[in-house]
Amino acid sequence: MTTATARGQEWRRRLLLRNVAGVAAGVLLRLAAAAGIAALVLLLVVVARDGLDRLSWDFITSYPSRIASRAGIRSALLGSLWVVGLTGVLAVPVGIGAAIYLEEFAPRNWLTRLIETNINNLAGVPSIVYGLLGLALFVRAMDLGRTVLAGALTLSLVVLPIVIVSAREGLRAVPYSIREASLALGATPWQTVWHQVLPAALGPMMTGVILALSRAIGETAPLITVGALLFVPFDPRGPLDSFTVLPIQIFNWISRPQPAFHQAAAAGIIVLLAVLLGMNAVAIAIRYWSERRRQW
Amino acid sequence: MATAEAPAAVRRSPRRRRLLRLQEAPILALLFLCAALSIFTTVGIVVVLVEEAVGFFREVSIVEFLTETRWTPLFVEKHFGVLPLLSATFLISALALAVAVPVGLGAAIYLSEYASPRVRAVLKPALEVLAGIPTVVYGYFAITFIAPEVLQRLLGQQTLFSALSAALAMSVLLLPLVSSLSEDAMRAVPGSLREAGYALGSNRFEVAVRVVLPAALSGIVAAVVLAMARAVGETMIVTIAAGNVPNLSWNPLEAMQALPAYIVQVSLGDTPAGSLEYKTIFAVGLALFACTLGLNVAAQWLLSRFREVYE
Amino acid sequence: MVSQEAPGPSVQVPVPRVEREALRPPSEEEAVIEVRGLSAWYGPFRAVKGIDLRVPRRRITAIIGPSGSGKSTLIRCLNRMHELVPGARVEGQVLFEGQDIYAPGVDPVEVRSRIGMVFQKPNPFPKSIFENVAFGLRINGYRGNLREAVERSLRAAALWDEVRDKLGQNALRLSGGQQQRLCIARAIAVEPEVVLMDEPCSALDPIATLKIEDLMRELSERYTIVIVTHNMQQAARVSDYTAVLMMDEDRAGYLVEFGPTREVFTNPRDPRTEAYITGRIG
Repeated sequence: MTTATARGQEWRRRLLLRNVAGVAAGVLLRLAAAAGIAALVLLLVVVARDGLDRLSWDFITSYPSRIASRAGIRSALLGSLWVVGLTGVLAVPVGIGAAIYLEEFAPRNWLTRLIETNINNLAGVPSIVYGLLGLALFVRAMDLGRTVLAGALTLSLVVLPIVIVSAREGLRAVPYSIREASLALGATPWQTVWHQVLPAALGPMMTGVILALSRAIGETAPLITVGALLFVPFDPRGPLDSFTVLPIQIFNWISRPQPAFHQAAAAGIIVLLAVLLGMNAVAIAIRYWSERRRQW
Repeated sequence: MATAEAPAAVRRSPRRRRLLRLQEAPILALLFLCAALSIFTTVGIVVVLVEEAVGFFREVSIVEFLTETRWTPLFVEKHFGVLPLLSATFLISALALAVAVPVGLGAAIYLSEYASPRVRAVLKPALEVLAGIPTVVYGYFAITFIAPEVLQRLLGQQTLFSALSAALAMSVLLLPLVSSLSEDAMRAVPGSLREAGYALGSNRFEVAVRVVLPAALSGIVAAVVLAMARAVGETMIVTIAAGNVPNLSWNPLEAMQALPAYIVQVSLGDTPAGSLEYKTIFAVGLALFACTLGLNVAAQWLLSRFREVYE
Repeated sequence: MVSQEAPGPSVQVPVPRVEREALRPPSEEEAVIEVRGLSAWYGPFRAVKGIDLRVPRRRITAIIGPSGSGKSTLIRCLNRMHELVPGARVEGQVLFEGQDIYAPGVDPVEVRSRIGMVFQKPNPFPKSIFENVAFGLRINGYRGNLREAVERSLRAAALWDEVRDKLGQNALRLSGGQQQRLCIARAIAVEPEVVLMDEPCSALDPIATLKIEDLMRELSERYTIVIVTHNMQQAARVSDYTAVLMMDEDRAGYLVEFGPTREVFTNPRDPRTEAYITGRIG
């Protein structure tokens, strides 16, 4: 090394320190990333440890009971299916409709921007505030009472922003050239959307919709406020029945001091996570299948 | 439009055109209504909260609401100071962020600057799973594991319910949010900046922390603010893990009641509609809504400033 | 391309098209489309200015010029596709069979069903071959036999023999050249009077290109064709009339010359045309 490019001792030493710091930092960063996974694994292990034994076919088919060993999730599971099913029926068409309007038809003016900003803000409102809205509007003002319908209407408002955002992404994924080709044949914008864009966007949209519904199935707070009951020893039969949902049943059991109820809660959590896993698997399968068909 | 020689096979009569437009008009109107529903929702939320809160503030002075240090609306001797609920909410959120932000940011730096695409492809979805777990599960985790195993063993903590327990559970919930948004912000920084850093002789960590991080700063701050908004509004974890007795204290080892937890408490009871107790949940809801709205608006503003620069 | 020593422009113009050759610009009665004083903007930017043009019936008219001269913009104004871009604006008139398509009250949807378009990059719908051709017929309320109409179009587009036994197959599985012929079949299925083609061969290999050029000549027996191309040999090979566009200092495109192709290429009136054709500019 010539004197022109020689680096002094001081610089060499600092380089060493910098490299050591770099390596140490690299380790810490990997630990941080691993911490998240570790927490997830820990969570699952705790739940499994507590709840696996309690899980049984009886558990799924029995009603809740004051006797911990006999308590089951039947009514809660049915209630969840009713509420989330009804939420899907309400929120999905409206959400897709809103997405189509915003993506394909809305003019670029202040009203459109207001609606879009609004949707973004609504996505950040705590779900319990939706519960308050549902309580005052659906339960009281519309006099629906503490029913499945009131719960589903409330939950629809909660998931609507998510459905709209995912549906818009699905629509955006369809290349503009398809719309161009359709319009050039003399199709109206609606004909273009209905016959070409929507069918092509269906796959990604369905994925987003299912993910939104899987959010809905885990929602607890707004349904508590709207009046889901804590103790429901019967099957809900229709949208105007009282009800409870799985996360609320779990919450109920968690709130009891007896460890036997905590075991029931853990078993309920396993069922809830299994349902979520199933829904996410379906969403991923749909995405995979629709991407294979698409070829663009 | 008159046609010179209309081909017989393909009908294009003006009548058919007009019919088509007529048929499509109500469809477009319906689509617009679907989009406008969001505005009605916001209006509905504001109207409902404000209406009941106004009724509340007719009986309780807003000064007492904001300055009184006791919250006992369900007791015989009623005090309506919201400070204990507010302080609990913010203490828990701050503690949760104090854990989630460093860890989340670290994970984000790793994913953005260090990890190979294969590792990213596995790690990112795994972290997303954390975000999808229902919050009751985190509540369960807090009182069956965090409180007894961690806090009691490490700190000799006596009570099962504490702000710290809730905060630790919440930090796991917030981790993917902070990590994912920060990583997006960092990846939006153009590669040319990194190259410049490397060309000057920096190592990977220095480039990440001295070049990329400052460039992504407003995006990262937005992520933190969004996480804060999420923490403030999070209900089930605080209800299960932090306790249900309002307590104006900065000691994280004590049990306390956060804003949303109070609303749950009243909802579970048999409060008659129209009563003062009923109205308190709307007053508290309004306070909650105002806080999260302010935080979300701040985050959106930060994000728009960030995007201006990089997109 | 062109030899530098030749005294004048010497692009080869193939001879055997004498019977169809025009010797003068089209008259008003012969023009199916007449453009008058057309200017088009994208927001504040003017892309073409002051275009006056007559597109003759059942002939092939080529629009050539260097990139940025507004060729695509011009052709998109002819079937009201230009206005789909947000902030787009048009001034002037485009008369189709004597009537201004930009007059208030004219439905652009109808204009597009009578003036069809084929795009630079083939864009078949992600559906079956049959459905691609049938779509235009369905939405325009076709009452006849769909299968026959689809077969007619595919034959006219010289694609029938290649796809007759796989009509149900997804159109995206065809080769690029086949997809473009499918797009042509799709466009002519609705029996437009004019077919616009925006650089239809630029994404295709030379063999597919020649097939489509042959197809164009056949089609021009029934349809008026306007083609934008940056390939001068193609314009010389295929078209009866040629319009030359250039970019002015304000970056707006304007019409330099328009006339029968043979004349434009062998005896251009404007020095700029000659400069472009001999490759000195553009």
